[in-house]
Amino acid sequence: MQGLAFTVVAPYWDLLLIGAWWTAVLTVSAGALSFVGGILFAVIVLYAPNIVAYPVRACMWVFMGTPLLLQLFLIYFGLVQIGIDIPALAAGIVGLGLHFAVYNADIIRAGIVAVDVGQTEGARSIGFGKWQTLRHVVIPQAIRNTAPPIGGNLIALLKESSIVSVIGIAELVHSAQLAISETFRPFEFYITAAALYYILNLVLEAALRLFERHVEASR
Amino acid sequence: MIGLSNIEKRFGDNLVLKGVTVTIAEGSVTALVGPSGGGKSTLLRCINLLEIPTSGTVRIGDETLEFHPGGRVPARDIQRLRLQTGMVFQNFQLFPHRTAIENVMEGLVTVLKWAPERARERALALLEKVGMAHKADAWPATLSGGQQQRVAIARALAPSPKVLLCDEPTSALDPELAQEVVDVLGKLASEGTTMVMATHDLRLASKIAKEVVFLDAGVVVENGPAAVLFNNPEQQRTKRFIATLKQEAEKEGGGEV
Ligand SMILES: Nc1ncnc2c1ncn2[C@@H]1O[C@H](COP(=O)(O)OP(=O)(O)OP(=O)(O)O)[C@@H](O)[C@H]1O
Ligand SMILES: [Mg+2]
Repeated sequence: MQGLAFTVVAPYWDLLLIGAWWTAVLTVSAGALSFVGGILFAVIVLYAPNIVAYPVRACMWVFMGTPLLLQLFLIYFGLVQIGIDIPALAAGIVGLGLHFAVYNADIIRAGIVAVDVGQTEGARSIGFGKWQTLRHVVIPQAIRNTAPPIGGNLIALLKESSIVSVIGIAELVHSAQLAISETFRPFEFYITAAALYYILNLVLEAALRLFERHVEASR
Repeated sequence: MIGLSNIEKRFGDNLVLKGVTVTIAEGSVTALVGPSGGGKSTLLRCINLLEIPTSGTVRIGDETLEFHPGGRVPARDIQRLRLQTGMVFQNFQLFPHRTAIENVMEGLVTVLKWAPERARERALALLEKVGMAHKADAWPATLSGGQQQRVAIARALAPSPKVLLCDEPTSALDPELAQEVVDVLGKLASEGTTMVMATHDLRLASKIAKEVVFLDAGVVVENGPAAVLFNNPEQQRTKRFIATLKQEAEKEGGGEV
């Protein structure tokens, strides 16, 4: 048995921090995409004419019904074959973003439906059009009411983001693996990576709590 | 002047308004009374076109719209007419994610494209009028029902509508809170605001309304000055209805008629 010695981590600390940085970048960009995409999908499913809604629903079904790993391979390796060459980072963001957008869409759709119709009437009575009502009254309330599960998805996204290491993005797990391949000390590096994920998670949770507190005030 | 002529409204097979004709003079307050399900709310909602009449004519000031079964009315026309109206709902329907003053500003900024500073000024003046200026920055959820309804009245008045439509503005409120809303509506009435209100609240109707329309089963049974309709109605059906209203009011220790 080999003794544990976390001193082996020190020379690779910068590498791991850069990995953590890219994990944060991935989470924020894919998270933003999953949020905006979730709203967009929800609105399309609820309000768009069938000719638009059906294809979008089919896409959502594919994203929900197949593994994220497969989706990433398809976006990164598959699309090249038909002439769409996407850089790894962009492919990772799009893959993660769309995957979680579909889950967010489900939550937001339910949130939109749950907004009291009286709110719509209140908005219409002061002259809001359909779109203005949706944008200024219904969606903001739906988002506020569904903030906890959407936040939960964002935390899941942070953790799942490690999967993009398979298409060569130098995020945290990828960095750890690189260090391990040179030092053959998986335990120390995986534990350190886990600790860094934990810290990222704490930061994200603090941000979400701040948002929820802001939202609570208005209810 | 507001003119409704021959308004019919059908929900599926259910004919809810059966040719209602009512004229409302500028500066007058009209109470819409009648048994539950008689069509009061539907008639109010036909004035601001939250419900599109199946047939008939709606006129507000210089704007007139005619409706025909199966006919389509352009959204722009609906919008133009609707902007001549403001509505106060039984459950207030303030936007919970906006502060009191933002609620009042919302229509001015989003619909009428006013500059925010100008909208804020007008909103503050209106909150002042309904006695809510001190709560301008409060969230609706932190206000009492009566306070919420007063903010809602300010919101409805913001775009300077020709008529204020009130659908049971006090019936979700405890008597004391209802009183502050009645007071505000009374003040507006004395300033010449044209109002149409559906109500079961005798205190509200008798204090503020000059005209009364008694609507039963989608038909105007009787209409006329409030004093006559409340104290000396002609129709048997009206007599019976007013009697039950008075009984209820007495039971609750409510207002005089
Ligand atoms: N959106 C709708 N769809 C179908 N039927 C409706 C709709 N709105 C109202 N109705 C029907 O129209 C009739 C009149 O309803 P309305 O709400 O106008 O009555 P009301 O006089 O306001 O009653 P209340 O005193 O209980 O408020 C009722 O039979 C009601 O069921
Ligand atoms: Mg009603």
